[in-house]
Amino acid sequence: MYKIIEKRQLTPVTKLFRIDAPLIAAAARAGQFVILRLRDGGERIPLTIADYDAKAGILTIVVQEVGATTRRLGALNAGESILDIVGPLGNPIELPAGGHVLGVGGGFGSAALLCLMRDLTARGDKTTVVMGARNKDLLILADELKAACKNLELCTDDGSVGFKGFVTERLKQLIAGDGPGKPDHVVAIGPMIMMKAVADITVPAGIHTLVSMDPLMIDGTGMCGGCRVTVKGANKFACVHGPCFDASEVDFVEAMRRNKMYVKEQEQAAARLTAAGASN
Amino acid sequence: MPVKRAEKTHMPQRAAQVRNKDFVEVNNGYNMERAKFEADRCLRCQDAKCIDGCPVLIPIPDFIHAIQQGDMPKAASLLRTANPLPAICGRVCPQEAQCELTCHMVKRFNPVAIGHLERFVADWERTQPDPKPPAVAKKSQKVAVIGAGPAGLVCAGELGRMGYSVTVFEGLHAPGGVLRYGIPEFRLPKNILDWEIGILKTLGVEIRCNVIVGRTIKLDDLFEKMGYSAVFIGTGAGLPQFLGIPGENLNGVYSANEFLTRINLMRAYQFPDSDTPLKVGKTVAVIGSGNTAMDAARSALRMGAEKSMIVYRRTIKEMTARIEEYHHAIEEGVEFHWLTNPLEVLGDKDGWVKGMKVQKMKLGEPDASGRARPVPIEGSEFIMDVENVVLAIGTTPNPLLVSTTKGLESNKKGCLVVKGEGGLTSRDKVYAGGDAVTGAATVILAAGAGKAAAFEIDKMLSGKK
Repeated sequence: MYKIIEKRQLTPVTKLFRIDAPLIAAAARAGQFVILRLRDGGERIPLTIADYDAKAGILTIVVQEVGATTRRLGALNAGESILDIVGPLGNPIELPAGGHVLGVGGGFGSAALLCLMRDLTARGDKTTVVMGARNKDLLILADELKAACKNLELCTDDGSVGFKGFVTERLKQLIAGDGPGKPDHVVAIGPMIMMKAVADITVPAGIHTLVSMDPLMIDGTGMCGGCRVTVKGANKFACVHGPCFDASEVDFVEAMRRNKMYVKEQEQAAARLTAAGASN
Repeated sequence: MPVKRAEKTHMPQRAAQVRNKDFVEVNNGYNMERAKFEADRCLRCQDAKCIDGCPVLIPIPDFIHAIQQGDMPKAASLLRTANPLPAICGRVCPQEAQCELTCHMVKRFNPVAIGHLERFVADWERTQPDPKPPAVAKKSQKVAVIGAGPAGLVCAGELGRMGYSVTVFEGLHAPGGVLRYGIPEFRLPKNILDWEIGILKTLGVEIRCNVIVGRTIKLDDLFEKMGYSAVFIGTGAGLPQFLGIPGENLNGVYSANEFLTRINLMRAYQFPDSDTPLKVGKTVAVIGSGNTAMDAARSALRMGAEKSMIVYRRTIKEMTARIEEYHHAIEEGVEFHWLTNPLEVLGDKDGWVKGMKVQKMKLGEPDASGRARPVPIEGSEFIMDVENVVLAIGTTPNPLLVSTTKGLESNKKGCLVVKGEGGLTSRDKVYAGGDAVTGAATVILAAGAGKAAAFEIDKMLSGKK
């Protein structure tokens, strides 16, 4: 059992948890993920590590309530416990030092940029984060990200704060030389469709781009092969070879298609949870 | 000596058309009467060849004689001393290739049903009060075991029996390894597995789940930070192989590991009461001919498939599954397509599997493995209508531990390199056994390797060599 030390509501559907997990916190590096499970018969879901504090033994994750399990997780409070957490899984992000690294965060994916940007800034890299949401209330962890990187660029669809428009539009401006300027490396973490849109801009511009793949997964150790992604024409397991891959080599169309395999069942489980909640 | 009956005593089992719709165990087991009746068939040979066929050298005629005499505590004790997982091995060992192959009765008759009798004794033991912890002096040294599959569990149990403090580190959320995620409930019920693991716990073995050595902690941390004096690696061979044919990543193509893990570990057959689903279409093709392939094909029927097929490029002669599993699969309605090789998986416009292009084969000269090499028959290609393809074509050891541990050597197949039967690896005080060393093999070989390593570790720690 892994005790929740602190819970913060970031948006109505996005929650941050600080969890007592000393072994994981001591081993974690930016770019890695954990798998957790909430109850007997529960599914195993992968979540990117948002932050870790090795000294305090605290692991931070951010979860967006989408399906049944993320909603159950979102309903937990400080003092309660998570049944199983295993990790850190996957490989840390490794980038050559001294470059301009631009992190693009979409939705709750922005949280995963937190420890990456802090570590890169600390070693002297030029760091920029471009994050977007529909409006300013849905932007998450802006203060923390501002402290973690040198330049924070906010984008909102309605213009309620920062740049009015999508992150991809602002990204194009930066590549053209605006603001902190063209990056040497881009790390995109968020919905698959957003990562593909970023790659469609940065790859033709010749910018080294990493994307954090989030396929269906069970064990997270290379055993099930469910998370296979075609990278440079070959089968790779996101859990052990990734989760970050060079965006220029990833077959996004296949990855997006594979992620839809259980949409119907996910909706069924969520509807069942809603019905169970209503009857209580 | 009376003339021995030629036939094995029948194992009562559930009706094929009933059992192929649920996950309840197929075999019902002998009762005392049947067990004694079967025990009576044993010749009690002076040169008991059956023992030579057993990887852990169970004193087979002795435990069978104890059954015949009605001395069940003795039978159970003889069995458990030699094999720490009797309830499991009685169910999943390929006896026809081991003890029952070398049984003297084979020359003229059916062999003695050693596997069924082993199962009977272990199931009897399960109805008895839990054994008291052994009265051995606790030793000061701690031993770490990596992986709670058959090799690791047996090694841990033996070391616990000797008085060592043993911790087993398991990556998944529940112990058992392939016994839990691979072998289905209808062949090995989880309550049997839990009971066997419970016995090991009474020997002082601690199991820590959710710890992946190589990721959560490093192997060197076990010695340097956590104070362990020796390490046993029993990480198995869990990495699924793929064919590398077009269409392999279409929606509806699974590795057998994924297919069976969703069912066995995650209980997809209880969805939506459990949270993990598994999509099974009307027609399922399973590629391969081992026990895993049989498990997948039989599970597919239980998950609602109308037609489940084994597709294998060789013939029944080269099939590697236990013969009982093959018979059960036939009874339950699994179709077998021998000498048939998949060339391509075909998808519909949305990327779901709708068929599989295959080619007929014929057998040629023996290959490096000694088995006849399948040769394609030109122009024999045809399309099978299938909605799922499950690949059960083998697994290899997981490279995670080797890639994160300095000085731990593996061969080109990814198997750990060990010296001697005790399983000493290229690293001092680090031992290994089971599938991680041999590549995918059997539960009993893994158990035997775990046991042998436990004795080596004891020798090393107690300065006996």
